[in-house]
Amino acid sequence: MTNMNGRFGVHGGQYIPETLMKAVIELEEAYNHYKADPEFQAELTGLLNDYGGRPSRLYYAKKMTEDLGGAKIYLKREDLNHTGAHKINNVLGQALLAKKMGKTRLIAETGAGQHGVATATAAALMGMECVVYMGKEDTIRQALNVYRMKLLGSTVVPVTTGTGTLKDACSACFREWTNRIDDTHYCLGSVMGPHPFPTIVRDFQAVISKEIKEQLMEKEGRLPDVVLACVGGGSNAIGAFYHFLEDKSVRLIGCEAAGRGVDTAETAATIATGRLGIFHGMKSYFCQDQYGQIAPVYSISAGLDYPGIGPEHAMLHDTGRAEYVPVTDDEAVNAFEYLSRTEGIIPAIESAHAVAHAMKLAPTMDRDKIIVINISGRGDKDCAAIARYRGEDIYE
Amino acid sequence: MSNTRKAFANGKAFIPFITCGDPDLETTAKVVRAMAAAGADLIELGVPFSDPTAEGPVIMEANVRALSAGTTTDKVFDMVRDLRKDVTIPLAFMTYANVVFSYGTEKFASICAEIGMDAVILPDVPFEEKEDFAPIFRKYGIDLVSLIAPTSAERIAMIAKEAEGFIYIVSSLGVTGVRNEITTDIGALVEQVRANTKTPCAVGFGISKPEQARKMAGFSDGAIVGSAIVRLMAQYGRDAAPHVAEYVKQMKDAVREA
Repeated sequence: MTNMNGRFGVHGGQYIPETLMKAVIELEEAYNHYKADPEFQAELTGLLNDYGGRPSRLYYAKKMTEDLGGAKIYLKREDLNHTGAHKINNVLGQALLAKKMGKTRLIAETGAGQHGVATATAAALMGMECVVYMGKEDTIRQALNVYRMKLLGSTVVPVTTGTGTLKDACSACFREWTNRIDDTHYCLGSVMGPHPFPTIVRDFQAVISKEIKEQLMEKEGRLPDVVLACVGGGSNAIGAFYHFLEDKSVRLIGCEAAGRGVDTAETAATIATGRLGIFHGMKSYFCQDQYGQIAPVYSISAGLDYPGIGPEHAMLHDTGRAEYVPVTDDEAVNAFEYLSRTEGIIPAIESAHAVAHAMKLAPTMDRDKIIVINISGRGDKDCAAIARYRGEDIYE
Repeated sequence: MSNTRKAFANGKAFIPFITCGDPDLETTAKVVRAMAAAGADLIELGVPFSDPTAEGPVIMEANVRALSAGTTTDKVFDMVRDLRKDVTIPLAFMTYANVVFSYGTEKFASICAEIGMDAVILPDVPFEEKEDFAPIFRKYGIDLVSLIAPTSAERIAMIAKEAEGFIYIVSSLGVTGVRNEITTDIGALVEQVRANTKTPCAVGFGISKPEQARKMAGFSDGAIVGSAIVRLMAQYGRDAAPHVAEYVKQMKDAVREA
């Protein structure tokens, strides 16, 4: 899928300062080595299963299916993983890799706080130092996760530059990594950034689609017709898509955060409103103005509030292998409440974007069709923000 | 010989940097003229970018000020067009890949040539990615400047052999900004560069004081200063020209003694 310098079609690459080239080259060499090392793989599988709680369940959402009256709906329960989201899959992999490379310190960016919490968790487990960079705005939206990270022994640095959100937290990490490379691994949280990150993170998240395939085969004896996932940078989506890429009968749909709508400035829907650019180490699609200034994007979901998309998704969009649809704040909040009431599952507001699209799509499909929604995380962290969105002021 | 190299024709070079449009383009033009008159050998003109990931807080804030003032790439081009009526020293743009790529690399390069630019520095375009840019700039006679960092090690030969204009030696790890001390063995780094190319090399990142500039220029062919000048811009705003000129004169005198 990738070639030299990590290209996905025209996308990807390594657009980073010369100072960091040594670090990404070393990372690629180490990754290629350990990827082929059965001992490393066995150790990682042990961690994922015994510590992370894998495999995650594939749950038939009977009430939702009957209520929507169309395709059968299955939920891939990444929300049941330790720390409450898919992020742990990637973090356990990278932390173990970093440890093997002799690194003693992890740095990470976080939006909603899920990746930060996962990194702080892995650092605690493996006895590593951890510093998490989080947009100032997000430390307010996700105060509970800030506390969790501190509780786990990590330092949280609020980032005030730019829009004070995920992109600025990423920039802060790149800056810090440039400053301290020898003992520090940048534990990047999504399928973005310079090569080899999009490939490494995808490989660690691909366990999601591997399990979906096996679990659905066991339950239904066949492949799904549609796999749905929310997309910011795109790590849970690429994880849910990866093992279906060659199964052309499976429609792969990524749900972008449209914020207040793709016809407004307050959106984070990159495929719908962005164009080709170079930022954060990669060539891909980005929300930007005519001069290439990165747009201050917006979404109710801190985890999808990012002006770009991973390079492999950009390629899947170009080739038409995957579709990308915008979902608004309103639709996502409705879906957040709908899944809570209907199935007793409170999804992360990020994952609710995928649920929202399923609610539109399922009724248009026959009853013998199957949709799998990746519930990438749980929604406890979002309750206060959603309450505020509905005009109810609650204390966390 | 490209125009860029003329910066190194009169002994050790002093290369100041300024963010265009901070606080507005009229001030930038005034300061550029003042720096040229004060002895700058080449001036780096920063084209502002919303998310300058290689910059420390001082230059980051300058980018914010410039963009808030409505600075655009086209307006920067217009400013240079006007500057070239009387400013003859080599000029280099320093900006980020997306500013060039998004404008259209070919269009950006052709305008650079038309308005009299000599070089372009893109800190987020390493050797591995330069084929997107270097051939196009070369076609228009513009040098794409290569950077070498303290971590470059075995990459130095490869980078130096294909370098154009001058080589920008990054003195320290981290982003741009004033440093009390530069701990990298710059002498050894320059030696490795010189073993592979005749292209001149100048040291930047962290230099603010005359004695630092003298020392760095002693190891190499010149010293580059950004944040210290941008700090003066932040302090004096529209009245910065005489203050910056005085600083540049001091620094040029220091490298002259190197």
